[in-house]
Amino acid sequence: MLRANRLSALAALALGLMGAAIAMVFFYAPVDEDGFNQKIFYFHVPIALTAYACFGWGAWKAFVHLWKRTPGSDLESYVAIHQGVILGVLVLVTGSIWARYRWGHWWVWSSDQLVLFLVLFLFYAAYFMLRFSIEPGPRRENMAAVYAIFGVVLIPISWLAIHISRDIIHPVVFTSKGPQLGGSQLLTFGVCWAAILSLAACLYNVELAGKRLDARLKRLRESLA
Amino acid sequence: MTTAEKYVTAAYLAVFVVVLVYLLIIGLKLMRLEREVADLEQRARQRPEQDAEKRKAVAVG
Repeated sequence: MLRANRLSALAALALGLMGAAIAMVFFYAPVDEDGFNQKIFYFHVPIALTAYACFGWGAWKAFVHLWKRTPGSDLESYVAIHQGVILGVLVLVTGSIWARYRWGHWWVWSSDQLVLFLVLFLFYAAYFMLRFSIEPGPRRENMAAVYAIFGVVLIPISWLAIHISRDIIHPVVFTSKGPQLGGSQLLTFGVCWAAILSLAACLYNVELAGKRLDARLKRLRESLA
Repeated sequence: MTTAEKYVTAAYLAVFVVVLVYLLIIGLKLMRLEREVADLEQRARQRPEQDAEKRKAVAVG
């Protein structure tokens, strides 16, 4: 009951924040020198940051599984990585749409930031191939957990790639001097990030509830057989 | 509508469509789980009847 109430509250929060975010992007945040297409970044960057958070959360749950053997932590790790991969698809799609307009290409292989994010995405996409190639049980859980922890190393590399690489085609917003955004732009960005985070948290809990129910029904079916 | 506006619309629509497809998949899964629950309920109701029939069928002595 408490879990259902929490999920309803989270869904309402996500819906409210999403509405506020869209309104702020189109009616509050000013259009800067990059033009109207810059508004893609208000969703593109928060989705990328949330994808990193999902992969990090998945790795943390994998670590908890290996360390404490907490029941359900393997499932939580799996669902978090699944969310991260879905968000990763959105990062690649929204980024490509922006690139097509600004650079005239859907994809630029010379950009380290883009290629490293693709490597991170493909690494976690391969997680599912590994997971479903092993029979369910402790062996699958352990191997998936180790793989998820290895993947987390790619997150800081992907994040720092833009700072260590020499290419200047990918825009840099967060530098060592702080965010290169105006006050209203930064506020809009913050609301957008909160909206995407709450949406991801809501979808994570919905998917997790479904998977837990599925497992319980499977056990019940076996006991009734 | 300018070209930039078209691209922005496409990007936001992509996000909307992916979330919608995800919710559709979750909805379909929920329907499957509901069917399974109904099936298990039916089995649980039939079980006492089957047990009673088994008890009747056992020959005494």
